[in-house]
Amino acid sequence: MSNQIIPLHQLPLGSFAKVVELKLEGLPRRRMLDLGLVADSVVEAVRRSPAGDPIAYYIRGALIALRKEESSQILVSPI
Amino acid sequence: MTSWQAIGQIARETKDYQSNNLRDRIVGNIYNKAEALAEKVVNRSQGTVNWDRRIDDVLTSPIWGFPIMMLLLGVVFWLTITGANVPSEMIASVLFWGQDRLTELFMAWGAPAWLHGVLVLGLYRCLAWVVSVMLPPMAIFFPCFTLLEDLGYLPRIAFNLDRFFKKAGAHGKQALTMSMGFGCNAAGIIACRIIESPREKMIAILTNNFVPCNGRFPTLIAVSTIFMGGAAGYAYSSMAAAGTIVLLVLAGIATTLAVSWFLSKTMLKGEPSSFTLELPPYRRPQIGRVIVRSIFDRTLFVLYRAVVVAAPAGALIWILANIMVGGQSIVAHAANWLDPFGRLLGMDGYIMLAFILGLPANEIVLPILIMSYLATGSMLELDSLEALRKLLLDHGWTWLTALNVLLFSLLHFPCATTLLTIRKETNSIKWPVVAFFLTTTVAILVTFITAQGARLLGLV
Amino acid sequence: MSRPCQQGCSGCPSSQKEDPQVLQEKFAVKLTSPEQIVVALAGNPNVGKSTVFNALTGLNQHTGNWPGKTVTNAQGLTRHKNREFILVDLPGTYSLLANSVDEQVARDFLCFGNPQATIVVVDATCLERNLNLVFQVLEITSKVVVCVNLLDEAKRKGLEVNIKTLSQELGVPVVPTVARDGQGLKELMNAVHDVALGIIKTNPQKMTYDQDIEEAIQTIEPKLNNILQGLLDSRWVALRLLDGDHTILQSIYEHLKVDAAHSLERRVTYCHD
Repeated sequence: MSNQIIPLHQLPLGSFAKVVELKLEGLPRRRMLDLGLVADSVVEAVRRSPAGDPIAYYIRGALIALRKEESSQILVSPI
Repeated sequence: MTSWQAIGQIARETKDYQSNNLRDRIVGNIYNKAEALAEKVVNRSQGTVNWDRRIDDVLTSPIWGFPIMMLLLGVVFWLTITGANVPSEMIASVLFWGQDRLTELFMAWGAPAWLHGVLVLGLYRCLAWVVSVMLPPMAIFFPCFTLLEDLGYLPRIAFNLDRFFKKAGAHGKQALTMSMGFGCNAAGIIACRIIESPREKMIAILTNNFVPCNGRFPTLIAVSTIFMGGAAGYAYSSMAAAGTIVLLVLAGIATTLAVSWFLSKTMLKGEPSSFTLELPPYRRPQIGRVIVRSIFDRTLFVLYRAVVVAAPAGALIWILANIMVGGQSIVAHAANWLDPFGRLLGMDGYIMLAFILGLPANEIVLPILIMSYLATGSMLELDSLEALRKLLLDHGWTWLTALNVLLFSLLHFPCATTLLTIRKETNSIKWPVVAFFLTTTVAILVTFITAQGARLLGLV
Repeated sequence: MSRPCQQGCSGCPSSQKEDPQVLQEKFAVKLTSPEQIVVALAGNPNVGKSTVFNALTGLNQHTGNWPGKTVTNAQGLTRHKNREFILVDLPGTYSLLANSVDEQVARDFLCFGNPQATIVVVDATCLERNLNLVFQVLEITSKVVVCVNLLDEAKRKGLEVNIKTLSQELGVPVVPTVARDGQGLKELMNAVHDVALGIIKTNPQKMTYDQDIEEAIQTIEPKLNNILQGLLDSRWVALRLLDGDHTILQSIYEHLKVDAAHSLERRVTYCHD
């Protein structure tokens, strides 16, 4: 249980983390909130595309793929 | 104060409260409640295998992901080609038997030759070719495609290809709309609604045509079976044909990416918008119901189009091919006029004419070509691919001609239905026109380079 | 012309239906008889909402666009217990907070189209995220039936949903379905029938937010109530204004014919200077 805070795209595949903060603004931010990325939500980094990007995350019961441009703006704390 | 101004006043007062934080907390509150409730009512039993993850591990794996995608494509095409063979021949023999009976009937009535020509040799024959050659592959491909769609595979395609679309300045969901274009380009255009940003939606709409739609597949199949398949020898002809089409599709995807990149740097410049893609769980498709429904729907649709578009087109061609002006038929005149241009692109005037006249529906291009050739050649009958092969060779086709025809068919202007759909979706005349010229220019460039390149290199 | 209900939609046991002419013009919803009951169909994308829609309406449906927008509008007819129901298939949305045209369209229909009942289709395998939409819908209307779909998929994943508890907690009828096999659809229409006609009175639990948010709502709500006078739930509008949602003002103007001295656009920019 570390106090470390990292951007989501650096979360190793197969690990879990809690959402700390969203650095996105405006529409993308609202989009993420609607998908369930509110503070303290647990997300799991599931898999990476064979092309390298995007990465699929398990969020609130659904598998959602996010590009690095967005996932690097989501700060999480690994569990 | 009017009530309107009053609300405005209140809205102004709320400005003090607004912040990112507020929205976050509103949604956060809702989710907290949702989480608590879900915890209360959902019971998860341990030890169940997560099949979705396992399947995705394979389908999107770094090593196997792409090869499997291409293999799947190949399998679908191969199924379409082999599956269509028998029905095609059966329908062809029935319909051409019918043609002979009709001819007898006309003779028995003492009908004038031109009437027989327009109705039987023109209208009926074109209809017969569309139904026997074009319909079976379309009726098989579409259900395969729908099956993949129902399974939930299409988002995985988008997941695999997104990076390339990102580099091309396009939206990730364009991979999805592009995939929809395989079924029908008009449907692909409508699917572009899932892309919110107008700029990226436009890129997706303009490039949707670069993947072959259902109506173009039979042409691609016929030509590649004859030339590429023929070269591979009888035993492997279906695989060679399937392989060729896979390569063509890859070329189409590459073109989509290249043109998207070009558009995002010129006409449709702008910032990429944010993108989230949901990967739904795999659903076991109700195979029986989907297939039967799909085959039925598709068959009806193609038959309807055959009657409404192909039949009149066939009648028209016969008329144009048999009205003589200065010793040559109108068709021959038109073809001769188009011929220099056609040759530049590695094809000929008749092929160009067939493409042009095929604007209403892609599936009539080949039948029109066949009819124009027949009207000028010595062959009177055509009832098998072998006969078609002879016909094409008689008219000077080489493997280069075949290749250019395949490329042109892949890239050229969208069919009339698609153009009309673009107009409706974009609410303007400008964009369908742009789509028309953009795609045709690309088609001309590619075939020109291929033709001249091959000649320069002495390959022909 | 329908008379606005004095209590506001969300508390009302049998709210008036929207004027058929308004339904036609503003929402492209066509009624062929005044006895027909209008039912909205909402839900997240990918939950099988279209499967439910198709299963209930079959060939009696037609697709078009919402007026003035390139968003698909599908409506269909289904008969149950001798009544005719017009199902309006709303675009699949993750929320109603008007982030996109789809969400705006869905929200506007629920608010101003006054459907007599709303079915929210949720995915049994992903309940948490789907409940987000359910709660938002419940803020707008209380005549809701929740349809828990994809139960066969849930079973495959080892998930079981306690329908009874869910219904108790939400305060509205909850019906389990496997839409693609046609299971549960009859019970669904039973619930819709009863809710629409007021035979079942729903009692949904309202969302409460953090204290400071509630306090902010309290300062604004009474004033809004005076103006709106029950045409719309003022607590909900207050939340939207606090949220900074400009489109709600636009929609109120368009749909409720609140008298205006200035055009909407200018008023909003003036306000938020």
